[in-house]
Amino acid sequence: MTIKDIFDTMEWGKAPESDGEVQAWLEAHDRKFGLFIDGKWTAPGETFDARNPANDELLAAVTKAGLDDVNAAVAAAKKAQGKWAGLSGHQRAKHLYALARLVQKHSRLLAVLETMDNGKPIRESRDVDVPLVARHFYYHAGMAQLMEREMPDREALGVAGHIIPWNFPLLMLAWKVAPALAMGNTVVLKPASATSLSAVLFAHLTQEAGLPPGVFNLTTGPGRIGTVLCEHPDVDKIAFTGSTEVGRLIRHATAGSGKGLTLELGGKSPYIVFDDADIDSAVEGLVDAIWFNQGQVCCAGSRLIVQEGIAERFYTKLKKRMDKLRIGDPLDKSIDVGAIIDRGQLESIAQMVEAGGKEGDVYQAACTLPNQGCYYPPTLITGLAPAAELMQEEIFGPVLVATTFRTPAEAVALANNTRYGLAATVWSENMNLALDIAPKLAAGVVWLNTTNAFDAAAGFGGVRESGFGREGGWEGLLAYTRPKVKTKPLTALVAVPAPKAAEVDALDRTAKFFVGGKQARPDGGYSRAIWSKRGKLLGHAGLANRKDVRNAVEAARKAEGWAKATAHLRAQILFYIGENLSARAEEFATRINALTGARNGAREVELTIERLFTWAAWCDKYDGAVKPVPMRGAALATHEPVGVVGIFCPDEAPLLGLVSLMAPAIAMGNRVVLAASQPYPLAATDFYQVLETSDVPPGVVNILTGLHNDFATALAGHLDVDAIWAHSGADLSALVEHEAAGNLKRTWVNNARARDWFGTDGEGREFLHHATEVKTTWIPWGE
Amino acid sequence: MKTDTVRTGGETAQLPQAVETRNPGQPLDMDWVMSAQANRSAIERRAATIGTRRSVKKAHQAAWLLKAISMIDLTTLAGDDTPGRVRRLCAKAAHPVRAELLEALDMPGLTTGAVCVYHEMVATAVEALAGTGVPVAAVSTGFPAGLSPYRLRIAEIGESVAAGAREIDIVISRRHVLTGNWQALYDEVREMRAECGEAHLKTILATGELGSLRNVARASLVCMMAGADFIKTSTGKESVNATLPVSLVMMRAIRDYHERTGYRVGYKPAGGISTAKDSLTYLALLKEELGDAWLTPHLFRFGASSLLLDIERQLEHYVTGHYSAGYRHAMG
Repeated sequence: MTIKDIFDTMEWGKAPESDGEVQAWLEAHDRKFGLFIDGKWTAPGETFDARNPANDELLAAVTKAGLDDVNAAVAAAKKAQGKWAGLSGHQRAKHLYALARLVQKHSRLLAVLETMDNGKPIRESRDVDVPLVARHFYYHAGMAQLMEREMPDREALGVAGHIIPWNFPLLMLAWKVAPALAMGNTVVLKPASATSLSAVLFAHLTQEAGLPPGVFNLTTGPGRIGTVLCEHPDVDKIAFTGSTEVGRLIRHATAGSGKGLTLELGGKSPYIVFDDADIDSAVEGLVDAIWFNQGQVCCAGSRLIVQEGIAERFYTKLKKRMDKLRIGDPLDKSIDVGAIIDRGQLESIAQMVEAGGKEGDVYQAACTLPNQGCYYPPTLITGLAPAAELMQEEIFGPVLVATTFRTPAEAVALANNTRYGLAATVWSENMNLALDIAPKLAAGVVWLNTTNAFDAAAGFGGVRESGFGREGGWEGLLAYTRPKVKTKPLTALVAVPAPKAAEVDALDRTAKFFVGGKQARPDGGYSRAIWSKRGKLLGHAGLANRKDVRNAVEAARKAEGWAKATAHLRAQILFYIGENLSARAEEFATRINALTGARNGAREVELTIERLFTWAAWCDKYDGAVKPVPMRGAALATHEPVGVVGIFCPDEAPLLGLVSLMAPAIAMGNRVVLAASQPYPLAATDFYQVLETSDVPPGVVNILTGLHNDFATALAGHLDVDAIWAHSGADLSALVEHEAAGNLKRTWVNNARARDWFGTDGEGREFLHHATEVKTTWIPWGE
Repeated sequence: MKTDTVRTGGETAQLPQAVETRNPGQPLDMDWVMSAQANRSAIERRAATIGTRRSVKKAHQAAWLLKAISMIDLTTLAGDDTPGRVRRLCAKAAHPVRAELLEALDMPGLTTGAVCVYHEMVATAVEALAGTGVPVAAVSTGFPAGLSPYRLRIAEIGESVAAGAREIDIVISRRHVLTGNWQALYDEVREMRAECGEAHLKTILATGELGSLRNVARASLVCMMAGADFIKTSTGKESVNATLPVSLVMMRAIRDYHERTGYRVGYKPAGGISTAKDSLTYLALLKEELGDAWLTPHLFRFGASSLLLDIERQLEHYVTGHYSAGYRHAMG
C-alpha cells in the first residue's frame, strides 16, 4: 500500500508489540521450566505445553508437579512460615516493596509474556493487569508495615494454597500472594494449566526480591494439583478464583478440615441502563464490561438490562460500537479483542450461543476473524427473557445478553434474579436514583456510571454463588488472618436423662418453637421431656424436623424489612430485649441453674444482658469506609447484612451462648433461625417471651429446639439460607460445610473447638465480620 | 470491519465539491436538547484510553500525519498581524511540507485545509492564496468574546464573505448557554447562518467557558439545529481550549445529529493541539466515534498554528530515518 492509498483509506495498519525480549527470556531457559520449591528450581520433569492461543505457537514446556512435589512445596512453606511470620512487619514490607518495584521494572516483559500466554490484548496486560499487580504489592507492603500496630488481635493462618484461574494469571496471583505474604503466611501457588508462564517469571522475581526460601512456592500442573492442596493436612487456607462448579468441589473437599476458605467464583453481572443515562457513555462502558479480556471476566457486565423506552436506540448505538471493535493479534497495540484462551472454551462459547441464541436476536460485530488461533466475535443477544438459559448461565466469552425493564423496582428484580452476585453496574445521571438502586442489588461490587474499576484499597468479591471473602482493602486481610481466640476441645453435653422417680408440677408449661413471631407446635408432633439434675420435670421441648426448618427459614426470609430498618431502631430493640430480660433476671437464673445443675445462672443472665447492650451499642457504630481509590469520586465500603443466618447454639451457656450469636447477627440486620442448646433448650423457649415483649418484628428471630443432627442437613442445605454458624456441642463442622456447598453459603464453624462464652472471646469484631458482607460501591463524579 | 460507505471526494487541496448535502438546520427541538447527557468521568475514561487503544505506525503514521496537514486551518489571530505576516502564513499553507519530503512520500500538491485570519486580513489572504485552492476562513461576530453589538456582529459576517472568505468562524454568545436561553442561541446562530450565504459556518462554542460538558453537548445540538456546518471548540483565547473529553462530547453530538437527521456536520478542535501525536489521537477518536466518512477536511479541521512544524519533523524522520530539527522546515 502506498502512502497515498493509506491517505485515502485511513486504515489503522499494524502496530505490533515486539515479542523479542520474551522469546529471548524463554530461550535463555531452554523453553523448559521446573517447579519453584523452597527457593530452588527443580529440574524440569514430565512437562506439558504452554501455547499461545492467538497462533497455537509452542512457548515453553512446563513441569507437571507430582504428589511428592506438592508435598515438598507444602513442607517447605510450613517450615518457612514461622520465621516469616516472626519477621517484623517492616521486614516483610521491604520484601513486598521489592516485589512491587520488580514488577514495575519488568513491566513490559510481564505484559508481553502474559499476552502471549493468555491471548489478551497487549493494551490490557500493559495498561490494566500489570499496573494493578504492582499496585497490589505496594498496597500490601503497606499492610505488612502496619499489621503489628493495627491488627494486634489477629495472626497469620499458616500455609496458604492458592489456586488461580487463567483469565488474569498474574493479577490473580497478586491478589492472593500479596495479602498472604503481608500477613505472615507462606504460599504454595498452583496456576491454571493454560497459563503458567507469568507465575514462573514471578517466581524468578521473588528470588531477585530476596524472599526467604519456602515463602513462595510454585507447583504448576493440572487441576489435580489443586485437589491435592485442598486435601493436604498442612495447608491452612485455600484461596480459589475460578468457576462456581469447581468452587463447590473445593467447598466439599475442605469441609470440616478447619482450613480457611475464600472463593471468588462466577457471575452473570447485571448492567442496568436507565433512560436518563449518558447513553453513549453507557454504550462505551459495555466495551469495558463485556469486551474486556474477551468477556472472560468473572465480574463482566454480561447481562444488559435497559429501560424499555430507550432500548431500541441503545441497541442501535451498541451495534454500531461493536462494529468498531478490532479483533485480532493480541500483540497488536490497536486490538480491542484478543484470543479466547483455548479451543475448549471457544467451542463452549459457540455452543452456548448456538443453542441459546435462538430464543432471541443474535447480532455479531461486523469483523473478520484471524484464520488461525481461537477467536470469537463480539456478540449481542437481545430480546431474551429471564427464563432464557443464556440470561442465567455464565458464558465466559464476549457475549452480551439483553432484556428490558419498565420501572426501577423491576430493574432491581431482574438484576437480582440470578444465583450469582458478584458485581453490578448502574447507569443514570440521577444520582438520587443510582444511589437508591445500589444497596438493593445482590452484589459485592456496584459500579455507578463506570464499570470494571478495580483497586487494591477496595474490596472485591461476591455474594450468593459468586463465592465469599473479599480481596483488597482491610477487609481482604480477614481472609489471611485469624483472630487470636483461646479455644479448647469441644465436648458435647448430654441432656439429663429421665429420673427413676420424677417430680412433676401439675400445671403444665408448654414450650413451643418461635417462628414468624408466633409460637408454633412442632410439625412432627414429637417432643422430649427436659429434666433437671434433681429429677424434676422442667418442661417439654419440641423436636424440630425439616418442615419446621422450612417454616422458620420462610419466616426469616419474609422479615427482609429488618435489613432496611435504621440502625437506631435495631439498637433500641436490642437494648429493650436487655431491659425486658433484666426484669425477669431471677426467673431466668433459676431456670438456667435448673437446666444445667450449675449455680452460675445469675451470672449468665447478667452477662447476657451486658452482651445485648454490647450489640445494641454496635448497631450504629460498625462504620463503613470511603476508600482512597485512584478516581475522582468515592468507593464506599458498606457493611451489609449477610441475610438469613442459621445458627446452631452452643450446648453450654444456654442463654448467653444463644444471645452471643443472635445479637450480633440481628444487630447487623440479619434474620436468624436459632437451634437452641440441644441439652438445655428451655432457656431459649423462655427467651422468646422476652422477644415477644421487646418489639422484635416477626420473623427476625426464629427459635427451634430439638436434636441438632436431626435438622442440621435441612438447615445447612437450605438454598434460601445465606450463612450457617455451627457452634453446637457436637461437631457439625464437616456436615455443615458440605451442605453449605449447595448455594455456597458462608459458614462459621467451631471445628470441634469450644470458646469461652463468658469471656471476651464471646464477643468482638470477629462476630461483626461474620454478620456482614462488605459491599463496595464505586461512585465517580464530576460535572 | 463495516465502514460508512458515503465518502467525500478530492481530499487534498480545496473544499471538496460537495458530496455531502449541507446541513440545512431544523426547528429547535428542546426535548432533544434537554435529553442530552454528558457524564464527565465516563467521558474522561474513554478519552484517556483512545490514545492507548489505537496506535498508528510507520507508513500508516506518515499517511495519517499527511491527512492531518490537509485538515489544518493554519491560523494567525494576533493583534500584531500584518499583511506580510499573513502572506507568509499563506505561503506555508500552500506548501506546508518541504517539497523533497512530499516527493519522497509521493504526495505532491498537499496543502492545509484553510487559512484562518481576522476580517481585516481576509483580502490579503485571498489574494495570497489565489490559484492554490486553499480557502480563507475568517473569525467573526466580535471574536473572541462575541459581545459587540448584535447588528455589527451580523454585518461583520457579510463583510467577510464579501471580502472573499469562504468559511466563517463565529463565536456564540456564551451567556445564552450559561443562562439556559437556548432559543436565543438558536435564533442568533440561525441568523448568522443566513448571513453566511454560500460560505460555510463554523460555530465556536468556547467550551472552556460553558461550565459543564452537559452544556457543551446541548450547545452543540442547538448550533447544529440552527444550521452550523461545523461546530468548533474554542477561540484559542480561553484558558482551556480543545481537549479530548470536550471533543468526545461534541463528536457524539454530531453523531446523534447525523443519526436523527441524516446530515453530517463537521468538527473543529482548536487551540492546544501542538504535537503530531496529539493529532493522531484526535484522528483516532474521530475515526472511532464518527467513522471514516468524517476523515476529510470537509468534515474535520484542526485549528492550530504550531502543530504543522511537529508533523513536518515526524515526516522527515519517516523519510530519512533520522530525528529532525525545527530549523530544517520553513516558517509559516
